[in-house]
Amino acid sequence: MNAAASLRTALRALRKNKLRSLLAMLGIVIAVAAVMATVSIGQGAQAKVAQQMESLGANLLMVLPGSIAMHGVATGSGATQNLTRDDATAIEHELSTSVAAVAPINRTGAQVVYGDQNWFTQVQGTTAAYLQVRNWPLAGGEAFGREEDASAAKVCILGQTVVSKLFIPGAPVIGEQIRVKQVPCKVVGILASKGQSFGGADQDDVILMPWSTVVRRLIGSQADSVGQMMVSARSASAVSDAEREITSLLRQRHRLSEQAEPDFQIRNLAEMQDAAKQSTETIATLLEAVAAISLIVGGIGIANVMLVSVTERTREIGIRMAVGGRSRDILFQFLTEAVVLAAVGGAIGLSLGIGVSKWMAAKGNWPTLLSAPVMIGTLLAAGLAGVIAGFYPALRASRLDPIEALRFE
Amino acid sequence: MDRSDSGAAGAPVVEARGLEKIYRMGDVEVHALRGVSLSIDAREFVAVMGASGSGKSTFMNLIGCLDRPTRGSYLLNGRDVGKLSRDQLARVRGEQIGFVFQGFNLLPRTSAVENVELPLLYQGVGGRERRRRAAEALARVGLGDRLEHTSSQLSGGQQQRVAIARALVNRPILLLADEPTGNLDSRTSVEVMGIFQELNEQGLTVVLVTHESDIAEHARRIVTFKDGLLLSDVAISRRRLAREELRAEQTA
Repeated sequence: MNAAASLRTALRALRKNKLRSLLAMLGIVIAVAAVMATVSIGQGAQAKVAQQMESLGANLLMVLPGSIAMHGVATGSGATQNLTRDDATAIEHELSTSVAAVAPINRTGAQVVYGDQNWFTQVQGTTAAYLQVRNWPLAGGEAFGREEDASAAKVCILGQTVVSKLFIPGAPVIGEQIRVKQVPCKVVGILASKGQSFGGADQDDVILMPWSTVVRRLIGSQADSVGQMMVSARSASAVSDAEREITSLLRQRHRLSEQAEPDFQIRNLAEMQDAAKQSTETIATLLEAVAAISLIVGGIGIANVMLVSVTERTREIGIRMAVGGRSRDILFQFLTEAVVLAAVGGAIGLSLGIGVSKWMAAKGNWPTLLSAPVMIGTLLAAGLAGVIAGFYPALRASRLDPIEALRFE
Repeated sequence: MDRSDSGAAGAPVVEARGLEKIYRMGDVEVHALRGVSLSIDAREFVAVMGASGSGKSTFMNLIGCLDRPTRGSYLLNGRDVGKLSRDQLARVRGEQIGFVFQGFNLLPRTSAVENVELPLLYQGVGGRERRRRAAEALARVGLGDRLEHTSSQLSGGQQQRVAIARALVNRPILLLADEPTGNLDSRTSVEVMGIFQELNEQGLTVVLVTHESDIAEHARRIVTFKDGLLLSDVAISRRRLAREELRAEQTA
């Protein structure tokens, strides 16, 4: 019997017992749907985490003032003011092989007023390097440069949230004067929207101003100390080099002895990103394992039904053998039935899984990732489950003795 | 139509020499056949009789190539088939033997024509040719107008005719019928015997197992088994003719 004929025979046999075929398929349908949904949800979640991580900035190091112990009392981190603008400049100039950009940051909260609207937001005093480090494009206008920083110019760049709080939609923003803590400032640029941070904070509720404008005019300090620095390494592989070089440069600049604790700390955000990525990968692997197990369970369902079917159709097998069916014809027939069950169940499960993952993605607000390799792989796995599940029942059928099979009641 | 002329010239269709069959049931050996020699020529119509346990069913299974003898040899149409493998025997069954069973043994929920096509399926006959030959075989047993009926839509006699058509469709050299009238009423039994007689007159070799002597008397020769041995082998001088029986019944 050729393949086409045995496929037709299998289809006919399955159609004759629709309910049982459906029940046999159900396991595989659910398994494949589960695989599709979990894998694409897992991948979607991974992509979302990666997206959020990326929004933080690329290859990022944070340099913070350290804790020092005074008379035996340790202050919290960031309590000292021993990072300076000069440190930032030194890092930028001396470590240019590993460091792409350095942004010094000093923050202060400020009430901002435009016309009859006002809003309390966070003001970040920094340099144009901040946009590069945070990988943050402007939606309009332009950034401030070195001269504005040097002259403590009264200019600012607004985050999207601040724009929406102060301005009527559609009204001109660039070139307008707003007051930040009573200091009149000209809006020179608008940041593109960045959305929520990994921690859930609104990253768009911010105003950027030249570092010296914030420190000298808003905070009113003559000190050169820097709240923190964000450093962007030239590449992912340069991050650890940059970390090491910054450490030794700052130790040298701060005249720390070999044994002394550093008076600053460096946080490697790339490592955090890796950790977050790894944890989502672990979850994805877990989901895939669960899906694989359900595929096995689905296969067992098919095996079960096929075994029952072989017993129930013993007489049919005897007839087929009596009229010239060889062992392998019988084997192939039942194997084909199992594979057809698995394949049809797989196809139904696939469409169900796509639907579920699209729905979940819409609800969870993350990208749906339906990769073709996953779909093809899942279908192949379902087919394989069919072959494995069908093999033993088919083998049993093919080894029946025709005389006994014909006598079977 | 028939292949009775395609074998070795002049060789009997069935030639059994000292057939023995021993079944093992646990520790017990059952000697089902104790040495049976029998030869059946082409165009013969033989009835095999005997009580249950006489060995007649074992004999049928052996000459039907459903089983292999423990000892002795069996030549089907001049070819020794006693030592063939399972799959080779399946092939011989598919090409040279037609079976008719007591319980009809049609596939349930399957149309008559599909049932009849079954043997051709395993011989790789193409779809259109298969359908044509199956329809032809059904027409031969008077069911040309019932191709698409399933078993549940057919009477017992009609089902047995479908089974006969299935046995004929591969143009066998030997038709084996195992208690073909066991599930039928007497009138339908005579009708079915009529079909066998007609096929036999057209040249087909028929071997029929039965325990009813009036059914056996439709054959030309009766062999009787007892305790695994051949008890008697007699030719029938005045055999029953189904055609005449049916005519007599009509006039009565």
